[in-house]
Amino acid sequence: MQQLATRIDPSSEDYRTNRDGMLEMLAHIDELLAASRAGGSERSVQRHRDRGRLLPRERVELLVDPDTPLLELSPLTANGTEYHVGGGGLSAVGVVSGVECVIAASDPTVKGGATNPLSLRRSLRAMKIAKANRLPMINLTESAGADLPKQAEIFVPGGQTFRNLTQLSAAGVPTITLVFGPSTAGGAYVPGMSDYSVLVRDQARVYLGGPPLVKMATGEEADEESLGGAEMHATTSGVADYLAEDELDALRIGRGIVEHLRWRKRGPGPTLPADEPIHDPEELLGIGSVDVRVPFDVREVIARFADGSRFEAFKPRYGPNLVCGWASVHGFPVGILGNNGVLFSPESQKGSQFIQLCNQTDTPLIFLQNITGFMVGTAYEQGGIIKDGAKLINAVSNSAVPHITVMIGASYGAGNYGMCGRAYDPRFLFTWPNHRIAVMGPAQLAGVMRIVAERAAEKAGRDFDHAAAQAMQDAFAAEIESQSTALYATARLWDDGIIDPRDTRTVLGIALSAVHSAEVKGTTGYGVFRM
Amino acid sequence: MIETLLIANRGEIACRIVRSARAMGIRTVAVYSDADAVAPHVEESDEAIALVGDAAADTYLRIDKLLDAAARAGADAVHPGYGFLSENARFASACDDAGLVFVGPTPDVIEAMGDKIAAKATMRAAGVPVLDDAEVADDPDRAGAAVGYPLLVKAAAGGGGKGMRLVTDPADLADAVAAARREAAAAFGDARVFLERYLSPARHVEVQILGDAHGTVVHLGERECSVQRRHQKIIEESPSPALDDDLRGRMTSAAVTAAQALGYRNAGTVEFVLGPGGEFAFLEVNTRLQVEHPVTELAWALRDGTPLDLVALQLAVADHQRLPFRQDDVVCVGHAVQARVYAEDVPAGFLPATGRLRTWRIPQRDGIRVDAGVIEGTEVTVHYDPLLAKVIAAAPRRDLAVQRLLGALRDSAIHGVTTNREFLTRALAHPAFRAGDYDTGLVAQHLSPEQAAPADPLRVAVAAAAAALAEARGNHLAAPLPSVPAGWRNSRSQPHRRAYRHGADTVDVAYTPAGARRWSVEAAGGAATVVVHAWPDERGDDTIDLSWDGRRLRLTVRRSGDDVDVDSVLGHVALVRHSPFADPQAEDAVGAMLAPMPGSVVSVHVEAGQSVERGALLVVLEAMKMEHRVTATADGVVAEVRVRAGDPVATDDALVVLDDSGADYS
Repeated sequence: MQQLATRIDPSSEDYRTNRDGMLEMLAHIDELLAASRAGGSERSVQRHRDRGRLLPRERVELLVDPDTPLLELSPLTANGTEYHVGGGGLSAVGVVSGVECVIAASDPTVKGGATNPLSLRRSLRAMKIAKANRLPMINLTESAGADLPKQAEIFVPGGQTFRNLTQLSAAGVPTITLVFGPSTAGGAYVPGMSDYSVLVRDQARVYLGGPPLVKMATGEEADEESLGGAEMHATTSGVADYLAEDELDALRIGRGIVEHLRWRKRGPGPTLPADEPIHDPEELLGIGSVDVRVPFDVREVIARFADGSRFEAFKPRYGPNLVCGWASVHGFPVGILGNNGVLFSPESQKGSQFIQLCNQTDTPLIFLQNITGFMVGTAYEQGGIIKDGAKLINAVSNSAVPHITVMIGASYGAGNYGMCGRAYDPRFLFTWPNHRIAVMGPAQLAGVMRIVAERAAEKAGRDFDHAAAQAMQDAFAAEIESQSTALYATARLWDDGIIDPRDTRTVLGIALSAVHSAEVKGTTGYGVFRM
Repeated sequence: MIETLLIANRGEIACRIVRSARAMGIRTVAVYSDADAVAPHVEESDEAIALVGDAAADTYLRIDKLLDAAARAGADAVHPGYGFLSENARFASACDDAGLVFVGPTPDVIEAMGDKIAAKATMRAAGVPVLDDAEVADDPDRAGAAVGYPLLVKAAAGGGGKGMRLVTDPADLADAVAAARREAAAAFGDARVFLERYLSPARHVEVQILGDAHGTVVHLGERECSVQRRHQKIIEESPSPALDDDLRGRMTSAAVTAAQALGYRNAGTVEFVLGPGGEFAFLEVNTRLQVEHPVTELAWALRDGTPLDLVALQLAVADHQRLPFRQDDVVCVGHAVQARVYAEDVPAGFLPATGRLRTWRIPQRDGIRVDAGVIEGTEVTVHYDPLLAKVIAAAPRRDLAVQRLLGALRDSAIHGVTTNREFLTRALAHPAFRAGDYDTGLVAQHLSPEQAAPADPLRVAVAAAAAALAEARGNHLAAPLPSVPAGWRNSRSQPHRRAYRHGADTVDVAYTPAGARRWSVEAAGGAATVVVHAWPDERGDDTIDLSWDGRRLRLTVRRSGDDVDVDSVLGHVALVRHSPFADPQAEDAVGAMLAPMPGSVVSVHVEAGQSVERGALLVVLEAMKMEHRVTATADGVVAEVRVRAGDPVATDDALVVLDDSGADYS
């Protein structure tokens, strides 16, 4: 297999601009991550600690196997929204008793751990990852329930939580819930619908209706312990499978449950040498363009995450703007599709063929998105770019091997679809900080809007105020720009998190290992390819 | 010729005897107690006979069983080693009666020398200098006044310091005599004690003698044995730094005179006390091979370079052969120092320790000899003497030999059983010892636990960091995808944490990856950037090669269950992993009274339900002939009695559980 060479010049202006810009963005992201970890407020954290309780990340750190990696998913959920950055909790892929699991934990220091519309989306996403990849699901629960003023945005979609839990179980994916505090009303179904429930003595409260509600409903005077205490559930109702003496005991029991699952991954393990790339991943900071309009060679990226920087290009001289080929990452064989410019018909055809080849050999696919879209213009329309774009979208949509998408630059237009954007259900989707996502570039979008307005004015015979139009165009471009950033996208769960470009190899490794928990099998059935 | 030798002993001396006998072509037969079923001396001998039982009194001290073993194995000679029956005249006679060659002096000499009172009389008559003494009759005070203070109370049948008491204040004499009598009666079945002038400061110097059946007696130089704790030797050397040629001549002549007066046959030792002015006096004759005989073998030789093998010589003269050399042939060829590695807890007052030897590594080096009775995995029990091994260094000069021994002890790794290894290195490194200017007060005056130099403050921190990182490495390699960096986080909320117990302390280690092979570490109050140059799996051993803020060290980290032993140039650090998840059933019962040392239960003085006051006697333990009283630490009610008289107990076993919650029961 060919070893990729590099043409990067670390002393170049572009490289330094990118690196400086990327480091600046990463520093900002670090601050946001710190805020997400800090919980609701110093006071609420202190109050929580004073009650002798562990913080959610302390619980997770004790739950996972020491010294194994832990990948937090969508850690900047809700950033820049009315909700707390991180969404009041976390979800992660981590290793428990030797088994890769999805772990979700509520943060009781943020509004009592109440669910908000975005944290709901994050937890539904976590369950989807668990199900698609057959990863046991562990909930660490201590939640006040739904953020009631937001109930309109939570109640209806929130029902999916319980359906997901039982469907995970039906699919043979174990679900385990450790209850550290209140888990009431709808929340009571989280332990209730899990395969295994562990309740912490004197802390867990699991009931459909608390004392005030019971009093209102039936007039019964009931106390918390009789309604939903851990001991009651362990001895009387049977809602608790295990009664934990304290939080540590609950975590110990949780680890024991996973150990007893005797879990077997259904996909193959890594089969190829997992040697480090020969090119320094540190250089990715200078490679990824801070200005996504400036192109960069995707092979420079591949050379910094593929094992030994090895890459076997497929059809390198045909449709060169879509780089396709085979490599391995942490020993897992993969097919890679990466953009080196706009998609023409040959690129689309090549990509479709490559996806079919990888399905033939059950090879997972990695999409490296840096795409401004499919080519437009008379020649291309007449050349059938729609047909060819459709072929690529057909192949991506029906491909059954695991897909992992990394957005390393632009993600505009139907290119987002052809390169397995969020709507195409990649198993994992990560972005770089420089990433931009929108139907088209802000300048183009604003420009198009202006042309449409000009034409309309012309048609109506109105005068066109060019100065006002320019101001509007600029304002519109700025607004689109702000809505197309990586931070804007990740806050809304359009991805599974922004990653440090230098961590691309590590994150891909964790994701690839996770997807191999499920069977890895390609398809031969596609939609009709329009020829 | 001796064809088959029964070795009526165990431990290192049994192994030592096998070596010489085998070299001579003699078949060896070991004997073993149940507790010694897998002991090295059994493995190393050609054949072994079981002596059913554990206690020495049921096994190695049973003449009938030993003679039966000799008969069954067809032995024609018996070597008694040291201790046990080695100075028991009845055993020597019984061997004679059974037609077995007893490798030692004749029974009458053993008997004469076994009675310290009679022995001194014999020596006085032969013109050998002796210390003033007095027998204790009905009026100890008068006898004490006659001898003068300070004085020693000694058992007539004594040996090895047992039944010995130092009395400086006449008021203490009566108690000391009573205690010595009790101890002597228990140890030797002979309660007679006598008083002897206590020469202080004094050195303990002894002369090795060897006689054949044809009237020839030679000496093989002296041994200096003044480094003692509780009247028992721990470091010996030859020649003595206190002797010049003249004094050596006078002392060795006195020893030979003494031996000749006794018609001594086989190997023996004439012990002297040596005062600061060169005044010396006879103490006793040990009618056996000494524990410290190797220093003689390494420091003395024949003029032609032939080394001395005392066991081989014992066997030869027992076989009525003539001594193969004359006194003039024996020369000093260098200097030898021996350190006795004991299973004992030095700070606790040299209390015997027990356990399984997880690690037993003493470097094999030029000039270092190791006479060991244990191997890795040996279970050290309460039943026998806690001597594990002797490490002996030889060199052309004393200072070189001492340094060599220090190095070998420092580089040893002994885990699972508390030993005096570090104490031995302290003794060897002490300026008084290095200068050769010491007496029997060295340990008490200069080597108390409080006088130990503070350990390198980094010692525990670096050891804990090495233990944590080595464990992290193991966890990392066992992870589902070990090619992903260990402990990687995309949003790091806290460092990785590990906790160990170190003695009574908890040592917390916090570490965070800080780049390739680099960690930011906080441990035991220290903080540093640690660079790992090589992991144990990369080196192919148990050693981690790391830099702690630029100080590069190799630390060997051995794990066995929760025990983690870290050895490095900074010394040994024993850590116990502390899981964040305590096993709820492993907690000690509240109010449990624990055994302070291994031993056996002599008596139980309370029963369940009984109310006791603080300080009340609960249980009496015995270990190595010492009685230890376990008392109530609080007022309370006895909830549970977990032992019965005769039960063996290990350190920290719960003996009695007190319920002190209802202290107002009255």
